[in-house]
Amino acid sequence: MLDVNWARTVFPPGALDDPASVGLTSAHTVTLADENSPFRLDTGEFIAPVDVEYETYGTLSAARDNVVLVVHALSGDAHVAGWDYDAIQTGRKWRLRKPGWWDTVVGPGKPLDTRRYFLICANVLGSCYGTTGPGSPNPRTGQPYGLSFPMVTVGDWVNLQARLLDHLGIERILAVVGGSLGGQQVIEWMMAYPDRVEKAIVLAASAKLSAQGLAFNAVGRQTIMSDPNFNGGNYYGGPVPAQGLSAARMLAHITYLSDAAMDMKFGRRYRNKTKPDFDFGIEFEVESYLAYQGQSFVERFDANSYLYITRAMDYYDAAERWGGGNLVEACSRVTADTMVVSFSSDWLYPPAQCRELAAAFCQCGKPVTYIEVPSSYGHDAFLVETEIVGKLLADFLARERKR
Amino acid sequence: MSRTPYEWEDRLVALLLRHAAEGEAIHEKLARLVDILEAEEKALGRVTGKAPEKEGEQRYDHRLIEQHIPDGASVLDLGCGAGTLLSRLIQEKRVRGQGVEIDNAKVLECVANGVPVFQTNLDHGLGMFPDQSFDFVVLEKTVQTLNRPLPVLQEMVRVGKQGIVTFPNFGHWQMRLDLALNGRMPVTRAFPYEWYESPNIRPLTLNDFDACVQCQGMRIVEGHAVVGNTVRPLEPDDNLFAEEVMLIIEKAA
Repeated sequence: MLDVNWARTVFPPGALDDPASVGLTSAHTVTLADENSPFRLDTGEFIAPVDVEYETYGTLSAARDNVVLVVHALSGDAHVAGWDYDAIQTGRKWRLRKPGWWDTVVGPGKPLDTRRYFLICANVLGSCYGTTGPGSPNPRTGQPYGLSFPMVTVGDWVNLQARLLDHLGIERILAVVGGSLGGQQVIEWMMAYPDRVEKAIVLAASAKLSAQGLAFNAVGRQTIMSDPNFNGGNYYGGPVPAQGLSAARMLAHITYLSDAAMDMKFGRRYRNKTKPDFDFGIEFEVESYLAYQGQSFVERFDANSYLYITRAMDYYDAAERWGGGNLVEACSRVTADTMVVSFSSDWLYPPAQCRELAAAFCQCGKPVTYIEVPSSYGHDAFLVETEIVGKLLADFLARERKR
Repeated sequence: MSRTPYEWEDRLVALLLRHAAEGEAIHEKLARLVDILEAEEKALGRVTGKAPEKEGEQRYDHRLIEQHIPDGASVLDLGCGAGTLLSRLIQEKRVRGQGVEIDNAKVLECVANGVPVFQTNLDHGLGMFPDQSFDFVVLEKTVQTLNRPLPVLQEMVRVGKQGIVTFPNFGHWQMRLDLALNGRMPVTRAFPYEWYESPNIRPLTLNDFDACVQCQGMRIVEGHAVVGNTVRPLEPDDNLFAEEVMLIIEKAA
């Protein structure tokens, strides 16, 4: 079915020969809601149709007891590992250069071992990677939704993932794993569907975003909405609000690093020169890096999706949703074995806030694992500290359930 | 320069020989004291330099703690290390176990051993655990390493119905003599570190602990002592003879 010989000519040399890689992947798309069975959103609105793009890796066991649901972060997608066979066809050409976003831990013999587990990752509602989002046609008008797309929440994402599992005939999952905004989906999973989750792994995430986090998101959205090309979200088919989206990404990227990490990586070095030019062009290495991050993000992300997803991140508050404002009450619903992992230099979801989530488990008498990984990589550490995170994932998944 | 345990004996002999002429009387008395102490301890079964358990055997203190904890109990282990004790308790006794540990490498081992572990500094308190939420709170060979041990002891009896505390006894006669005669911080089997690298920043004796828990509104309800190569229930002279102790504490009624 997949033309491997052709694929060899488009992916980096040797990429498809790596025995620890899942190799070529091809996403699935399924319509999980139509006019007859619309999907009910947290806001009370209904949406149909809803398509979901998802990928799977490994083989579902006969007993259907080896499912690990991976949930992606803000700018992530369903392409977790391997090389996307459809990258050219779908216009996602950056995937020709890079494997999936968590290729370091997902694959045969890797911590999320595809010889052992059946991994599923679905792109979230409102995103721009095949699941219905603001760039999809609004059935009422035939035009892209733009800002007429309904507001979506982390709860909606998880409900939709549950619907996907229903569709796949999977009742219980062995584990749900995610970092950052993905980690918040893990929290939502263990609270919304306690009977369906055996183990939950929350990386670099807390039960709600801090005021500082809200503030960063607000500025990011503002830069997008004040871009002259934004046009109230109706820019499809014309020039996109590239400047705004790029600046939003640059700002966000700062929050993913740390003071120490930036200092280590760039310091105050000038870009390709030893003396300044005394102008407002790109003078420093760090400026160049951020500009590159911003530009490459514009290539692969939709500004409206960015608005919707950061809004969902803002709204999420597990205590509010499940405990009437009391996190301990919310955690008392959980039956999954839970591990919360924070990273010492993360200032987007700081250790103290991740710890608060774990402490709420202690407060309601539930065993919990809370680890604070020493790292200078900031929030990005959950993707960068692959050795330690990989070991934690592998060990936590492998252990027998003792309760 | 490191000293091996019991080296003090040779030093003492040398000291006695050197000073034999001038201060015979007092050194003869000292020598007699050591003879008496050694004989006493031998009678209690001491074998010099040998751990209370043979290699590969389960640690005596874990064995003791396991004996004390009934099936299905809940156990909070403070400073749980790699989770060895809890792992066994979870498997053998189906306890609801929770570990607390500060060390980065050890918490990873806990995860590998299937033990729920909360990484935190004990000196920062145990506020996340509600009152009386565990049957037992274990503090193994840790009290002497804490910055502020009293709040931790208080937390133990707040969070747990009983506390199980083990620590090396600085009141053991070898420690006393080593310090008295050599004038150096003792290095023994129970206190194997030089002063500058020792995690044992608050060495204490059995009697210190006893006095302390009393004025903290707690009491010792049961105790065991490691004496030589035996482990046995606490006896009156154990401040002198116990190398290590295991004590069960409760809030005084």
